[in-house]
Amino acid sequence: MRKMNYGQAINEALRNELRRDPNVFLMGEDVKYGVLGVTAGIVDEFGEERVRNTPISEEAVAGGAVGAAAAGSRPVAEIMFIDFSTIAMDQIVNQAAKMRYMFGGRITLPLTFRTMVGAGIQAAAQHSQSLEAWFTHIPGLKVVYPSTPKDALGLTIAAIRDDNPVIVLEHKLLYAMEGEVPDENEPIPIGVADVKKVGKDVTLVATGMMVHKCLNAAKQLSEEGIDVEVIDPRSLFPLDKDTIYNSIKKTHKVVLVSEEVKRGSWIGELSAMIAEEAFQDLNSPILRVAGLNTPVPFSKKLEDYFVPNEVDIIEAIKSII
Amino acid sequence: MDISKELVMDMYTKMLRIRRFEQRVAELFAAAKIGGFVHLYWGEEAVAVGVTANLSNDDLITSTHRGHGHLIAKGGETKYMMAELYGKETGYCKGKGGSMHIADATKGILGANGIVGAGLPIATGAALSIKLRGSNQVSVCFFGDGASNQGTFHESMNMAAIWKLPVVYICENNLYGEFTPQKDHQAITDISSRAEAYGFPGITVDGNDVFAVYEATNEAIKRARNGNGPTLIECKTYRVRGHFEGDPQLYRSKEEVEEWKRNDPIMRVERYISENGIVSEEKLKEIQKGIDKELDEAVEFAEKSKDPDEKMVAEDVYTDIVEEVRVR
Repeated sequence: MRKMNYGQAINEALRNELRRDPNVFLMGEDVKYGVLGVTAGIVDEFGEERVRNTPISEEAVAGGAVGAAAAGSRPVAEIMFIDFSTIAMDQIVNQAAKMRYMFGGRITLPLTFRTMVGAGIQAAAQHSQSLEAWFTHIPGLKVVYPSTPKDALGLTIAAIRDDNPVIVLEHKLLYAMEGEVPDENEPIPIGVADVKKVGKDVTLVATGMMVHKCLNAAKQLSEEGIDVEVIDPRSLFPLDKDTIYNSIKKTHKVVLVSEEVKRGSWIGELSAMIAEEAFQDLNSPILRVAGLNTPVPFSKKLEDYFVPNEVDIIEAIKSII
Repeated sequence: MDISKELVMDMYTKMLRIRRFEQRVAELFAAAKIGGFVHLYWGEEAVAVGVTANLSNDDLITSTHRGHGHLIAKGGETKYMMAELYGKETGYCKGKGGSMHIADATKGILGANGIVGAGLPIATGAALSIKLRGSNQVSVCFFGDGASNQGTFHESMNMAAIWKLPVVYICENNLYGEFTPQKDHQAITDISSRAEAYGFPGITVDGNDVFAVYEATNEAIKRARNGNGPTLIECKTYRVRGHFEGDPQLYRSKEEVEEWKRNDPIMRVERYISENGIVSEEKLKEIQKGIDKELDEAVEFAEKSKDPDEKMVAEDVYTDIVEEVRVR
């Protein structure tokens, strides 16, 4: 094992795939440098043809990736902030996600969209959103969301090698987070959850930055004798329901934690799924801890209030224990 | 003009195949044999055929919601197209796409598209893939006057220009964006003038003259293959049918339509063939009969084909996941 941070892990995954497969190329606004440095330096090894800076034209970036994939390349297109995917929605939702189906399975689109999500750097309402639900709602897309350097490395590799459109959500606060990664660059299969902490009293399902808050909360609760299990689905679609349901069978309680605006969230879908398919194993209501139903505010104090924290998670758990 | 007799006859045959196909589709739609939206290409045949006569199977095209003509011109087979319009499992898309979404990647057809202007970045991305691969292919993008007001038009042309991509943009200016005449949706007359803003050539040709379209495209494709970047070709033509079949067309006069019918692109080629003694009138009739027979067979093929099995609804969403679905 070796240590690196989440941003470096993504950088390494991209280099690994560029080296391995001549059809892979990167495109996006300022990918030559990377707005937070994630793609920095890659251009030195692979050149400006394969590490392609684009104009600020999100719809053409997304559509360019669709066309390049349809023509035989494996593009990795960066939509800098997920907030900007709003400008590219036709190409992501109506083109990338549907082309294979509409053409009767006779076209394959091996493309990856990378994009930054989440609050925490006072970037305000247009640079801080968590729009998971927008993309998990659309058949034809796969959505992955790594929470550790190891997962970032493995899932980015898997996304690029996948023959379907995959969206990789990267939490901007995680880039600097250090962790162990395997010596070999291996893909982590899309659709396999990771139990980040084993426990027996309550199941927490969390993604991205929230995984770490859940682990902190679990640590605090363990001092009070409450044993929390933390599951990171890693892939929002396809979803490893078995790992979640098996945990619920054991704990009979579930709290879902996400940074999304609560209304219409992906964890709203997950809670409906659990209610439909695992209700008999529950002995308390499914709870959701999520962002407030507001745009993400700028003020540090308000932003901190918007994002769920350990206190919110502990409170939710205690209300059903 | 240096166009061989063989090429003239090939272009004529394709134009006629498109027209006859569309006539059949109009009848079948009126008879409720075909459902959904059907947007006919009737009257615009010279554009698709004049352009694609310059392309091989390896070259790529993106099409529009009015895509039958592009598909047939690029070599799409009428029986699989007809089966798709019928929603049958033998159709190009196994009955999942319909009129607006037919593709045949084996012939370089990256698909018709239900979203106006969506093909522009896709064709541009295909050209980027070609450039990265270093192959000799070109990408050709068909779109309409209405699409030239979309953001994708401007974003794509700018991108193709800075990267000198091997792409040719074919604007089919049929004078109407859905129900709105060109003068009401843009202040310019020649859409080709917009190319200047991106730093590459833009030209306007008579889109009802297949030879003019062929020659302009020939130049543009040479330019693209030689690494000199994109060209915008505006083909002025006319949509003889409504925006879709069943459109009451309250926005234009019958006189206007009749006037344009006198400028029919197929009649113009027939006149050229006869004036230049290329083939006899009997030969033309023979070609027409051959096409009609092919289309009889296509309709029969579609009618006799099976509806897709309900289980197929969940297939082809992903390459590797078929979700369990409720089948009644």
